[in-house]
Amino acid sequence: MEGLTLSEAEQRYYCDLFSYCDTESTKKVASNGRVLELFRAAQLPNDVVMQIMELCGATRLGYFGRSQFYIALKLVAVAQSGLPLRVESLNTVKDLPLPRFVVSKNEQESRHTALYSSDADNPASYSGVIPPPPGRIQVKKGSVSHDTVQQRTSTDQQESTSPVVSPQQSPPTSPHTWRKHNRHPSGGNNERPLAGPGPFWAPFSEAQPGSSTSSDPIWSGHSPPPHQENWVSFADTPPTSALLAMHPASVQDQTTVRTVASATTTNEIRRQSSSYDDPWKITDEQRQYYVNQFKTIQPDLNGFIPGSAAKEFFTKSKLPILELSHIWELSDFDKDGALTLDEFCAAFHLVVARKNGYDLPEKLPESLMPKLIDLEDSTEVGEQTGEVGYSSSPAEAPPSKSPSMPSLNQTWPELNQSSEQWETFSERSSSSQTLTQFDSNIAPADPDTAIVHPVPIRMTPSKIHMQEMELKRTGSDHANPTSPLLVKPPDLPEENKISSSVKFTAGNTVNGYSSSDSYTSDPEQIGSTVTRQRSHSGTSPDNTAPPPPPPRPHPSHSRSSSLDMNRSFSVTPGQQQAGVVAYPPAVPPRPQPSQGAGPHVHRPVDAEGLIGHTSTSPQQIPEQPNFADFSQFEAFAVSGVNKEEEDEIETHSEVLQVEKPSDSASSLRAAKADGRVEDKAPANVPTSAGKGTTPLAPPPKPIRRRLKSEDELRPEAEEHTQKTGVIAAVLASQPSIPRSVGKDKKAIQASIRRNKETNTVLARLNSELQQQLKDVLEERISLEVQLEQLRPFSHL
Amino acid sequence: EWPVLVSVVCSPPQNYPLYIRSVPTENELKFHYTVHTSLDVVDEKISAMGKALVDQRELYLGLLYPTEDYKVYGYVTNSKVKFVMVVDSSNTALRDNEIRSMFRKLHNSYTDIMCNPFYNPGDRIHSR
Repeated sequence: MEGLTLSEAEQRYYCDLFSYCDTESTKKVASNGRVLELFRAAQLPNDVVMQIMELCGATRLGYFGRSQFYIALKLVAVAQSGLPLRVESLNTVKDLPLPRFVVSKNEQESRHTALYSSDADNPASYSGVIPPPPGRIQVKKGSVSHDTVQQRTSTDQQESTSPVVSPQQSPPTSPHTWRKHNRHPSGGNNERPLAGPGPFWAPFSEAQPGSSTSSDPIWSGHSPPPHQENWVSFADTPPTSALLAMHPASVQDQTTVRTVASATTTNEIRRQSSSYDDPWKITDEQRQYYVNQFKTIQPDLNGFIPGSAAKEFFTKSKLPILELSHIWELSDFDKDGALTLDEFCAAFHLVVARKNGYDLPEKLPESLMPKLIDLEDSTEVGEQTGEVGYSSSPAEAPPSKSPSMPSLNQTWPELNQSSEQWETFSERSSSSQTLTQFDSNIAPADPDTAIVHPVPIRMTPSKIHMQEMELKRTGSDHANPTSPLLVKPPDLPEENKISSSVKFTAGNTVNGYSSSDSYTSDPEQIGSTVTRQRSHSGTSPDNTAPPPPPPRPHPSHSRSSSLDMNRSFSVTPGQQQAGVVAYPPAVPPRPQPSQGAGPHVHRPVDAEGLIGHTSTSPQQIPEQPNFADFSQFEAFAVSGVNKEEEDEIETHSEVLQVEKPSDSASSLRAAKADGRVEDKAPANVPTSAGKGTTPLAPPPKPIRRRLKSEDELRPEAEEHTQKTGVIAAVLASQPSIPRSVGKDKKAIQASIRRNKETNTVLARLNSELQQQLKDVLEERISLEVQLEQLRPFSHL
Repeated sequence: EWPVLVSVVCSPPQNYPLYIRSVPTENELKFHYTVHTSLDVVDEKISAMGKALVDQRELYLGLLYPTEDYKVYGYVTNSKVKFVMVVDSSNTALRDNEIRSMFRKLHNSYTDIMCNPFYNPGDRIHSR
């Protein structure tokens, strides 16, 4: 690269352009896209552009460094001047007009419309969308200010360039006003010989400087207006010369103003280039500008700008206090009365937008929300800003607000006009996202975090079952696959017990979800059981069928393990007892009424005949646990059988007893057995069969005997006497019984026993009869009912 | 909807209302009167209390006219800024807690406004 000497204006201009093209804020390389855009705007034939690029060395390097860029710009100027492109010409050509980059050719309104309509880059965005442009503008502003702080000229240049480049996108209003504004200052500074067709740059830059100078003092906080003005000027092909001329003048103390101006231009450029997705997006340049502004107030970028300082700053923007207040409300995100960098940028952006005629949004656009990130954030994610809640007419701001800026004043009306024009366009309301929304977004309710308690599965039975199973598992080694159950609930450490299931439920909440997790307290246990069951079934191979539903488990799954244990235990034994259950009932209640000697007496009566029945007796004997009596009865039987009275007693025991006495040991037994049989058989038959005449006969004999005994029972009186005699006999037969006094006693005792037995027998009979009576009555009732039912029919 | 709810923010020292908002009717004049009268009561309470200046709620049943039948609630901040709320008594759904929360929100909004450097204390408050 050859040395390139640039004039001041050129320097500034090129710097601005470079900043504009420096989309990535690298300050080193201009983005090729922008550069090419710029070159296109230069309205040079493509081959010339290529040549330029070659000459500047960009093609060699592959990118546009600053030097390359400058050279390229210079060459553009050369080319535009009609001079042949020569490397030598870079430095040889003096007084070369600044390269002109045609933006749009529309004059003010037409320009606006053109900008809006003809905005090739963002046709849609502009049409009727005011917000986007401001964003651009601001972006540019930011970037411009960025540079302008150091290089007024550059900013101006940038501004000039930006407008040129992004004419289409510059907001109609702003360019409009800008133009006018620039004109004014440029008028004063028209030393710029530039007079190109579309040289927005120059005019813009000049206008800006001019305006910025004038408004500089006021502008410190006013960056937007100048920007806007610049923008406006852009739109209108302001006299480039004027703009350029302004540069020197403005250079002096155009600090913020210039930056503002440049920023605006850059913003415009930005706007052009950036897509119009988010009208409120702050472009890089804009942001840079804002950052610079922020620095002027608060050197520490991480610090705050106190409200008072911010107030002063923004008051310079000549916006109505009301609007400023509104802007503040929007931008002070954390409501702390101070502005952070982000807040400041947002506020600045809003001011600029407002200046440009864009109505302030009701809510802070998303893109303007303070990002708690670094400052370099370029365009924030944009969202469309519809805004409009605040349609303060731009007319409010302007004229009255820029006393110190005559040019501005002039532009204000233009601004107003433009804004008025544009009000029609405007407005897409700012993004719906508002500060509040933003806040709310911060802490979204996270349902997932909440403990999930899915509706407990209705597995009550199984649950209970499971619980029981668990208990069983714990309690016993039942087939219930407790182990698998244990395995299943991971959170359930193990609990086979309900308690564990309880834990299970507790863990359920933690667990995300497992079948049991959802169970609530009650279901907890159930759930746990269920899950266990499930897991059980699923996991445990041993699981034989789901644990046999133990007896309906208790509805209240009280966590008392004890309870469960009880249940389980109860269950377990129940299950176990399933087979065992039979046992208890198995025991046939063979009441053994006192084995009165009576029956035995009977036996003895028949005992004689029964002796031969030893065979039978043993059969029956086992059924009756009254073997002990047998012995006695046998004794009795031997003594004599006069216990017929007992026969009525249907109890086997009686029979046994009867038989006992009637037979000798074995015979007695047999007799007893027979008697039992007989008794059993005729048990239901109140009346005795009247057998038993042959006491010792085989089965029939006993029966007969029994019957006989029964018969004998009837004539109790006689029997009694007989009994007594029998008893006595029995007693006498019984060796253990002393025959002397014992006989009487025994006889009495025997009679008593017999009586008792008879009583019991009779009682039984009574009960049976009554039951039969009931049945009969029921039958009668049913029959009567049927009759009643039939009657109507009969009547029919 | 509340038949009547009037919120008034009165700032010291003159206690002139900075903000009056009534929902949904616009009988502001009537409420102006009510508010002014209630302000006196508020002042009484403030002077009486001494230490605890923040009186969140003051059930102003005293102004419960048989005809009008509304309640006036008062709220005073530490800086003697008074909020007055007039509620229609027919709205029995409004509980004390609700009133308190409303006052709290009012207070928060007011502080937000105060934070705005562009707001000059004493100016009318504009709310959308």
